[in-house]
Amino acid sequence: MSGDSQFRTALGRARGLGSAHHGVSAFIVERSTSVALVPLCLWAVYAAIKVAPLGYESAVLMLRQPVNAIMSLLLVGVSFLHMRVGLRVVIEDYVHTPAGKIAALMANSALCWLGWAVATFSILWVAFVGGPVH
Amino acid sequence: MAEATSTGKGVRTRPTSPHLQVWRWHVTMAASILTRATGIALYGGAVIAAVWFAALMVGPDAYGPVMILLGSWVGKVVMFGLTFSVFYHLAAGLRHLVWDAGAGFNPHTANMTAVGAIAFALVATIVVWALAIQTGAVR
Repeated sequence: MSGDSQFRTALGRARGLGSAHHGVSAFIVERSTSVALVPLCLWAVYAAIKVAPLGYESAVLMLRQPVNAIMSLLLVGVSFLHMRVGLRVVIEDYVHTPAGKIAALMANSALCWLGWAVATFSILWVAFVGGPVH
Repeated sequence: MAEATSTGKGVRTRPTSPHLQVWRWHVTMAASILTRATGIALYGGAVIAAVWFAALMVGPDAYGPVMILLGSWVGKVVMFGLTFSVFYHLAAGLRHLVWDAGAGFNPHTANMTAVGAIAFALVATIVVWALAIQTGAVR
């Protein structure tokens, strides 16, 4: 196949090769997480108002309640998943150089996984150990 | 523009759609831009949430300063913006889910839901902050 011909357009080269068969997963992840985030975000606003006036000890006690710990874990997990796919679309729209795009996509994934890991570990720590790290 | 019609590889670039400076400003466009802007703002909000959870784990020495920062006037402005972002992005998301189901595309409906989403976010933000001030969450 003369795929490297400089006279062929990108569309001409891609035509006939069929789809990659996995493009739809990002679409579904973005939609399903958005549905889950409706109740989770409303809870987050409610919980933020509840926890804001509390001191350290009371805030720890609040997060130690199973319902709050579970909702926090779901909120953090679903949010970072949604953010990762959401910002990916923004990067693909605006960053066009291959190196810049790959770097931005990797930074996006890294930040989302890091944020998820830090928040999840912190929630579990407070819930099971309850209080300062040392 | 020669630089817009060819790349270094001799492949013609595809035509691009007219951009911001040639479009008349209208509400559905504002709603679209606002969806993205609030999404990016909430990205920052999630990082703040992760820092808050980490501070709660580390202890009072970390939690105190984080709460002082969030309670400062800069922190309040950020939290107010994030409250608006949550409600707007939520409404815009529901609007997109309706579109994904194949409904709500006629111009009149699209304009109405755009105005509705912005209005809902403004009202919900003000109501939540009124409640927050009333319950002592914001001082």
